[in-house]
This record gives sequence, structure tokens and C-alpha cells, in this order.
Amino acid sequence: MGVEIDTAKLLSLYRIIRTIRTVENSLTKLFADGEVPGFIHLSVGQEAIAAGVCAALSDQDTLATTHRGHGHVLARGLSLEHFFKEVMGKAGGVCGGRGGSMHVADMDIGILGANGIVGAGIPIAMGSAVAHQVRQTGGIAVAFFGDGAMAEGVLHETMNMAALWKLPLLLVCENNGWSEFSPTSQQFAAALQDIAAAFKIRYTKVDGNDVAAVIDAAEANIAELRLGNGPAVLECITQRVRGHYEGDPQKYRAADELASLSSDDPVTRTEALLHQHGIDAKEIEQIGAEIDALTQTAISAARADTEPTYEAAQRDVYTVAASRTL
Amino acid sequence: MTEMKYAQAVNTALSDAMTADPTVILLGEDIAAAGGSFKATRGLLDAFGAMRVRDTPISEASIASLAVGAAMTGVKPVVEIMFMDFITLAMDALVNQAAKARFMFGGRSSVPMVLRTPHGGGLNAGPQHSQCLEAWLAHIPGLKVVCPSTPGDAYGLLRTAIADPDPVIFIEHKAMYGRKGSVDTSASIPIGQAHIARAGRDVTLVTYGATVHLCLKAADQLTHEGIDVEVIDLRSIQPWDQQTVLASLQRTHRLVIAHEAVQAFGVGAEIAAWAADTAFDELDAPVLRVAAPFMPVPFARSLEAQYAINTDRLCDAVRRSVA
Repeated sequence: MGVEIDTAKLLSLYRIIRTIRTVENSLTKLFADGEVPGFIHLSVGQEAIAAGVCAALSDQDTLATTHRGHGHVLARGLSLEHFFKEVMGKAGGVCGGRGGSMHVADMDIGILGANGIVGAGIPIAMGSAVAHQVRQTGGIAVAFFGDGAMAEGVLHETMNMAALWKLPLLLVCENNGWSEFSPTSQQFAAALQDIAAAFKIRYTKVDGNDVAAVIDAAEANIAELRLGNGPAVLECITQRVRGHYEGDPQKYRAADELASLSSDDPVTRTEALLHQHGIDAKEIEQIGAEIDALTQTAISAARADTEPTYEAAQRDVYTVAASRTL
Repeated sequence: MTEMKYAQAVNTALSDAMTADPTVILLGEDIAAAGGSFKATRGLLDAFGAMRVRDTPISEASIASLAVGAAMTGVKPVVEIMFMDFITLAMDALVNQAAKARFMFGGRSSVPMVLRTPHGGGLNAGPQHSQCLEAWLAHIPGLKVVCPSTPGDAYGLLRTAIADPDPVIFIEHKAMYGRKGSVDTSASIPIGQAHIARAGRDVTLVTYGATVHLCLKAADQLTHEGIDVEVIDLRSIQPWDQQTVLASLQRTHRLVIAHEAVQAFGVGAEIAAWAADTAFDELDAPVLRVAAPFMPVPFARSLEAQYAINTDRLCDAVRRSVA
């Protein structure tokens, strides 16, 4: 028996999960067709974590995410149009086409940025938590990170400082078992649970593909954080369906592992939950069709958008430019 | 105008900035209860409390990154890194995060943080506690780098740096904390504006930081030989004041650049290349540099004395320039 969840809430989470999936599936095609430049890292199979955690946040909260961060920014409320324009390198992108997939940020909704450096968002989120504490905003900060980042020193430094200063920081590990192209079991000797215990940080582990379990755990942890009781670690066990990067042939993964992934898919699992709540297939199909249409509209708008201007990029190296250079 | 030591000028600037703006916070190793390794933050914990003056663990990478996240969330952090050599551990925060956030996020954010750190030798502190690494940071688009040479400039530039919306690296010199000078707390010093520390007709000697004082000494010695040296204290390294240097070259037509940092690929190399490009027609002599040799800073007194630039080397270079 799973965690109890309200039907309306479940429906809204399903919309987010389905949106992330639809967007990323369309990115696969856009990338293959050369419409998305650079590198992209898809979170297919991990969408329930982004949906569940972000739905538990309030407006004043902030988050830092990772190179695999499409889900987090969409779940936080970034518009599809601003998103597609950014990853397609267009002027109207949320970052003006300067950052792309690995650097999507939107300070207006508390997104301190995806990040191209593994683990780098963790201490940035800690800094945001310090700001919440100093300014008494009542807000909390979330650091999303993958299991590969457990080997980065900044995670351990951050856990230490966050514990010492009782910071309102939620450390969300999306554990998909892979550190880029290597199994994390061969990369990291410890367990996150033990590290959290060493720093006396509250730790919760959930099935990250069960959206009801994720939001339940996120809400409970965030309520504690808002009381000023110090940081928390939420480890969400999940699966990475696509490669480390899009186009990765994943020859390092066993065929039976790849074949088994569909049985634990968060989209179909959430649909099964919806059925239990009396939502029929027709209604689900209708939601899917709406999301498909919204996604296609956003892609069309991105295709029609202009290229970024070089002059605008030059202007934004500094807020206040040099005045006495020639 | 008040007479105070360099460390006290830094301390006063921090205190005045914190009084003026409740979002200014201080972070660093042993800066609170202990008052800082060089006592630049003494008394500030008592004045402003532990919420705003934070002793951090010895975790340079995370302290600097923390400042980035705090700066993006409405706080103005001033971080102290105890010795400039330790910024090696904080380079991701500075280079990949602080410097790029505004550009990378489409101009929709800024990172108003300051990182204070002392560079420089002369204390026999050895290869890992004496380096001048400012050229690394000046090479990164998005960072501003300042290096004041007097208590007055330290006060003024630190206030400007804290108020600046961009990340500023504020470089002090550990041998200069006890140096006295007059401080005008009402004077505003913009980033990027040089100061002519000594006017002269014959040679332009461009420098910054503690080396300014060495250059002034050399200039005094050279007056006995009838050579009149103009000493320009850059004060800011990134951006640096090209207008003041060019105007000086239009008078002297000779350029010598001096700094304590290693010569190869340094600040002097950039200024020399700029002069060759922009001021070529003004130059009546080759551009010369006086800077550290290509070796780590040695420990032993005799070795460090031989390694460091001195007035003799400065005078030799100026003489060659006018020869």
C-alpha cells in the first residue's frame, strides 16, 4: 500500500511528470535533427523526484540543480517557451541563449541555475540557505544532485557547514546508480545514509519513482526545515533511462538492465495510481494530448524566435562595465 | 581624514559597510572570534553578531561557493581567504560560478560578492603562503580584481567593492597590514581608476599593491641621477585604467611595468602587449618589466631576498629605458 495522496494533487503532479517526459522526448528528436546544439542530459525515468520535491516548495524557496536539470526547472514553473528558446539557443530563452541546457536559471522563481560542474550547485544552495537564514525570509533552499556528486568534496563540506549552522537546506540526491559512465557502486565506498548520520543530519530514503512517496517525504522534511531544525538529506532511488548524454550508446550497460527499466517507469506508475483514484484512461489521454499541444506550440515559438545578438552578450559580462579602458 | 593602519582601514570599511547595509555578511576561517589571521576583522563579531560574522570551517571551496549562492539570494557576502595561495581550492566557485553567472543567465542575475585575500612575500612564509596569483583572476571575464596600496585606497575600494553588483577580488598584502596612512571615509574610489602616485616627465613606471612603495623609493633614488619617474598605481587590475597610462606615455614615451608576481604571463605582459598595440607610436624605448623570476617563492631569508624585486632592479630597468 502506497502513501495516501489527494486526487487533485496527484493529477497536478501527473501533469508535471508528463510534461517533463514530453519535453525531453521531443528534445531527443530536436537534438538528433540538429535543432538543439551542444550537449543535453535527459532525466527520463527520474521525473517523479522533480515533480514531488518542487510541488512541496513555496514561492520564496530557492533551488540549485544539475546538468540533468530539465525536470527541476520545469517543475518549478519555468514556461515551456522560455525553456525551449533557451535550449535551442534563441534570443528569447530564459537566459538569452547564453547558457543552454546545462545552465538554465531563473531568479524570478528561485532557480539559481543548472550547473555544468558536478556537485557545484550543492554549496551554492547552501549559500542561498544562509541568505534565507540571515534575511529571515522563511524560505528554504534545495540542492538537487546525483549520486555521482557524492564523491565531490563540496558535498561533505556542505553537510558539515549546514549541520553546524542549522541551515534550511534540503539535499536531494537523485540516485540512479550511475556516475556518468560508471556504476556508482564502483566509484563511491560509503553510503549517503551513513554520511548523513556522521554529521547528525536527518535522512530519509524513498522510492524516487513513486511520486506520492516523494512529495510526502519532501513535505515532511521541508516542514522540519522551516522550524529551523537544520538540514535534511532526501535520497530518492531512481533509474536513468537514457545515456549520460543524449546520443550516448550506453554500451557499458547490460542489455537486461536497459530492458527492465520500463517496468519502473514513473509515468506509467503515476497513471496506475490515477486509475486507483478513479481517473480513467480517456482523461489521462486528454491530459497527454493537451501537453503535446502545449509542447508543440512552444517548439514552434522557439523555431520562430531570432538568434541572440552578440552585442547583448558582450554587455552582460559585467553589470557595471569598465569606464577607463580604451 | 584619519590616520590608520592598513588592517584598520579594512576593518573600518567592513564595519561601515555592515552598518550601512544589513545584508552585508562576513565569512571566513577564524575571522569572528579570533578576529582574522591578520586581525582585519577584529571586533566585528561583537559589533554585528554571529549571524552576520561567521567563522567557517577550513573549507575554501564551499565558503566561496556559499558566497555565490548567498549573493544570488539577496545577501552581500564578503569572504576572507586567509592566504591567496588557498584560492586554488576555491577556483570553481570563482571561475565557473561567480564570474559567469550574470552572463550565462542572460543578464538576469548578478553576484555581488567580495573575496578578500592577502598575497605577497617578504615574510619568509614559503612557497605556499607567499604567491601573487592576481593574473589568474584578471584573466577571467566576469571577475573584477583590485589591489590597493594604501590604507586610504583600501578603505575606499573596499566600500566600492562591497557596493558593486559584480564579484570583486580584493587583494591585500600581508606585509602591508601595519602600514599607516590617512583615510578619508567620505571619498569614493571607483574600480578601474588609477592614481598617479608620483608625477614625472621621463619614464612611466606602472605598478600596483605593495610594489608601489618600492617604486616610489626607486623614483626618489633616480632623482639624484636626473631621471624623473612617473609612478602610476593602478589600484585596479581588472579593469585597469588604460586612459591614465596612455596619457602618461604621451608625456614620457617610456614604459616600465613592475610587480611582485611572476613575470611570465603576468599583468605586466598584458600591459606591455597593450602598449605595443595601442601606444606603439608613443614609445621611444622598448617596454621593460621588473617582476619575479620563473620559480616558486623560496623560504630562506637569503633566497627570498634574492628572488624578490628590489629598488636596484627597478632603477636598472628605468636607466635602461632612458639610455
